[in-house]
Amino acid sequence: MPEKLWSETATDTEPGLTAAGHVPSQPADPANTAGSSTVESPLEQKTNLVTVEPTPAPVPGVKLAKVTKGPDRTFKAMTQAAGFLIVALVAFIGVFLVMQAAGSLARNQANFFTSTEWVVQGGDRFAFGILGLLWTTVFTSIIALLIAVPISMGIALLLTQFLRGRVGKTIGFMIDLLAAVPSIIYGLWGIKVFGQALLPGYEWLNKNLGFIPLFKQEISSAGNVMTASLVLAIMILPIITALSRDIFEQTPRDHIEAALALGATKWEVIRTAVLPYGRSGTIAASMLGLGRALGETVAVMIILSSTQDKRISPSLLSGGETFASKIASAAGEFDDARKTGAYIAAGLVLFVVTFVVNAVARVIADRGKAKA
Amino acid sequence: MSATTPDTSNSVAEPMLDLSRPKGIRTITNVVMTGLFWAAAVIAIIPLIWILFSVVAKGLPVILNPNWWIMDLSRASDRSASRPGGALHAIIGTVEIGAITGLIAVPLAILGAIFLVEYARGKRSAKIVSFMVDILTGVPSIVAALFIYALMIGILGMRRSGLAAALALVLLMLPTVLRSTEEMLKLVPDSLREASYALGVPKWKTILKVVIPTCFSGISTGVVLGFARVMGETAPLLILVAYARTLSVDPMSDTIGTLPTMINVGRDVPEKFVGYDRVWGAALTLIIIVMGLNLIARAIAASSKVKNK
Repeated sequence: MPEKLWSETATDTEPGLTAAGHVPSQPADPANTAGSSTVESPLEQKTNLVTVEPTPAPVPGVKLAKVTKGPDRTFKAMTQAAGFLIVALVAFIGVFLVMQAAGSLARNQANFFTSTEWVVQGGDRFAFGILGLLWTTVFTSIIALLIAVPISMGIALLLTQFLRGRVGKTIGFMIDLLAAVPSIIYGLWGIKVFGQALLPGYEWLNKNLGFIPLFKQEISSAGNVMTASLVLAIMILPIITALSRDIFEQTPRDHIEAALALGATKWEVIRTAVLPYGRSGTIAASMLGLGRALGETVAVMIILSSTQDKRISPSLLSGGETFASKIASAAGEFDDARKTGAYIAAGLVLFVVTFVVNAVARVIADRGKAKA
Repeated sequence: MSATTPDTSNSVAEPMLDLSRPKGIRTITNVVMTGLFWAAAVIAIIPLIWILFSVVAKGLPVILNPNWWIMDLSRASDRSASRPGGALHAIIGTVEIGAITGLIAVPLAILGAIFLVEYARGKRSAKIVSFMVDILTGVPSIVAALFIYALMIGILGMRRSGLAAALALVLLMLPTVLRSTEEMLKLVPDSLREASYALGVPKWKTILKVVIPTCFSGISTGVVLGFARVMGETAPLLILVAYARTLSVDPMSDTIGTLPTMINVGRDVPEKFVGYDRVWGAALTLIIIVMGLNLIARAIAASSKVKNK
């Protein structure tokens, strides 16, 4: 194998050798081939091959191979360009969004951060605020996280501490498949099948617990915050599970065995050795899951019914709009720059929020790694 | 005695193993917790089976009709089954936009990964690029779409097009493929690279002919998973290209049908009409494509030379 590699390189990088044509490739020796650039005829080349020392040490005065730097430089430049392009792209995301949003923000007649108004169709009144969007986005995502994290942790512990054979592999595979379902299908299933199945439960909640603001039914359809959160929870479950599994798997064997030697039950091993070790990692995994939930677009857009009432509602059985669902559902009507700018401003806030959540997650994960 | 007095400030934080508790309670706790872990797995698997069952039950009759694969919807009606139609336009659109995305994203991602592992490992430039890739991983698809909208339509004054949608998808595919390629390149032992250098092979050739072939299957797994991710993505298609019921293959056209947008457009059709069934047919077709790609990726990974773990 190495011999073949060498001969290929030689023919490619040394035009002199290609001219020599039928040079036997077996004595492939860097120093020797190097000399070949000065040698013209095949005959001389041959004699040269016979007489040369098998291992020529770099002797002062001897000129070694002239390495062709051309292709090497080109290739390196290409990879550098790719790296640079990635950095530029990410930097431009923020810059371009700000550029496009600035004009609309300047003409905004409401307070961008504290208003729930969204009047961007033509006419005199041009006012938009993100408070309502921010509330629904955070509310649905937090509920989703509260549901998904315990389940994910349970699965991750089951797969790392209890099941290591075929059953564990199958369960892990099925959890991974959940991540492969496209979000539009989650949305379709969520509103047409899952939500309809939950509807009687919502009515029961309203009838019996409706006096608590959390369960006051404000819309009669299944497209409420609770359905959206449950579907979001299913969607972020695979990523939290996968990341927590990686962490739990790295629990030092010594810690586990020490606990076992003290007579701990399996659960006590998990509580005293596995969970403390994986704490920062699982927090980071949950934050990354939160980032996903905040930015999830199409599933939420399909499931959540928007309401005329723009008031902020603390109820799980109310409708609303998140940043992403608001932008996506208005996509068809991006016609004038002023209106589009309002939506881009909302997108910019979403970008900043997800950026902060993801950055915090990375910092926590890195700190955890440093400690471990 | 003072040596055995526990420092409370320290011991509070550490979970203590209390072996003095009655054995029965400890055993019961153990059994209950184990049961809860199993319950978690069951709870997570129910939705998967439920989704697959709903989509297959409602979509299978639709896609078994041969017209589904050879006709578009140009002459069909959502409300009347008398005129036949299919999803050819959407299938072609999805594959075409996916292919354009891959054509741009895959070389860029692989070159970026080579830069990180082979040229800039441990340097500051690698840290910056790596950080930016982390950010890109967390960018919601709707933000990527808005960015391309702001760039191509807002600033450059172009029209919406399939190409614009593909560019937004590039932003989503890039980090997936780059990270997996990076992991694979790191798994290639340095001894292979050194053996190649010792033979005088230049660095670029070492990378192309020694390093990449060694982890080729790992890289392909990442690429296939990247395709699976972007082909199911909807948000950029909503913003950057309008849905068409007619087959159109020109990537610069501003109306192209795709499977996700076909589902989105048809989701409000009432249940009694044929358009409703077509939505589920499109959903099943999309699931077949995306899950098929996932299974292919898995098969490639299983036959890989360099194993992760």
